[in-house]
Amino acid sequence: MDPTAIPDLPRGVRVHFDKVRETWVLLAPERTVTLDPVAHAILSEVDGKRSFGEITARLAELYAAPQDQIAADSAGFLGALRDRLFLDLAS
Amino acid sequence: MTIRPPIAMLAELTHRCPLSCPYCSNPVELARTETELPTEDWVRVFGEAAELGVLQLHLSGGEPASRRNLAELVRAARAAGLYTNLITSGIGLTEARLRELDAAGLDHIQLSLQGTDAEMADAIGGYRGGFMRKMQVAGWIKAIGFPLTLNTVLHRRNLHQLPRALEMAEEMGARRIEVATVQFHGWALKNRDALMPTREQAKEATRIVAEARARLKGRLVVDYVPADYHSDYPKRCMGGWGTTGLNVAPDGTVLPCHAAQTIPHLTFENVRDKPLSEIWYQSPAFNAYRGTGWMPEPCQSCDRREADFGGCRCQAMALAGDAGATDPVCIKSPHHAALQARAAAHAEGPDALIYRIAPGKPLPLIAGAATGSEARPAERIAAENS
Ligand code: SF4
Ligand code: SF4
Repeated sequence: MDPTAIPDLPRGVRVHFDKVRETWVLLAPERTVTLDPVAHAILSEVDGKRSFGEITARLAELYAAPQDQIAADSAGFLGALRDRLFLDLAS
Repeated sequence: MTIRPPIAMLAELTHRCPLSCPYCSNPVELARTETELPTEDWVRVFGEAAELGVLQLHLSGGEPASRRNLAELVRAARAAGLYTNLITSGIGLTEARLRELDAAGLDHIQLSLQGTDAEMADAIGGYRGGFMRKMQVAGWIKAIGFPLTLNTVLHRRNLHQLPRALEMAEEMGARRIEVATVQFHGWALKNRDALMPTREQAKEATRIVAEARARLKGRLVVDYVPADYHSDYPKRCMGGWGTTGLNVAPDGTVLPCHAAQTIPHLTFENVRDKPLSEIWYQSPAFNAYRGTGWMPEPCQSCDRREADFGGCRCQAMALAGDAGATDPVCIKSPHHAALQARAAAHAEGPDALIYRIAPGKPLPLIAGAATGSEARPAERIAAENS
């Protein structure tokens, strides 16, 4: 994923806390995706302003982990959301 | 067996509908307007649903826009924390009403498409001018910026229009199209002869969908329900009976699936009498086909039993006369060969469509009139779990 690309959740896709199952989920048109803590941490950084590179740098700092590892995980997850059109990527 | 909470609820706000689609899956006997659940009950039920664990609410019908206070219902659903999806033919929506729904927080719209031109669409929907109106509504939806899914039901008459339907989805700004081969429940059973696609058509649809998915990747998601009469294995109906979703009928009756009332030995409870959670966890109808304990052979010893839960109970009822039987679509069912022969015979059957005739409805173009429930909730709810 291009580090300068800016990910954003399009209208109709939102993060929601499922209080019955005690987990974060992503609600999208006729789909629900359960978010594990890593996925939730990544989406928490997505605000439509920060670039992918900035997001992975912040996560690396926050979790004291190597940025290339974080970038690989995040690209996998965000790429899958992008393929289902649950995520916009602006360049 | 641990019973998980449901993810999705289909609220059939009314059976009223200006259209008369011959493939309508609503029952032959529609709920009358006087029996419809009042707004305050729906509002309470939305709250109970959210407490129970429902995340996704589908507002359906009939035509949900036939309920005048739709925006109030949407507002209440959002306040309860539910993702709200409106399943509509577009008829009855105006620009002002759409703006009101936008302000109320509606998350998503699913718009049905009966055909890709006025000639086909108005003949299938049984409503002259319906197509023009729908195109106008699609324009407003796009201008307001609602996330949109286009929904099209494929059958023998309109299957050749699939490539154009895919183009139209893109033109309308939809991010998703649902392409569903006609299913036969409710009123649609009367039209098997006229609507059953041929095996060749079913194959052609599968080919077009595969090609479109590759070509449109990243632009348009194509969800597809193939023709199950021509398949070897059944679909996982409703994601499994009593596992994922529930339907509330216009009068408040709570159903494990859209067509469950065709199973005569089951009795269903009503949100007017009992809390939704009690109905979900304790009612005999929801427990009747939960899990795998009820299964006969060949399902009981089959390694797919938790993949498809033995298929559709209503289809087993309709085709094998026993709701507890293996879905006759399955290649292991003793009824499978007969079913395939019947499907082939229907595909060569007479072309005349049978419409619902309802008081106060304009006569459709071809013959009499039906509801536009393009919702096939079973597939929708099954997909939600993925
Ligand atoms: S036998 Fe039953 S469980 Fe096995 S594939 Fe057929 S319907 Fe599914
Ligand atoms: S079997 Fe399941 S999906 Fe099929 S009609 Fe019945 S409830 Fe619906």
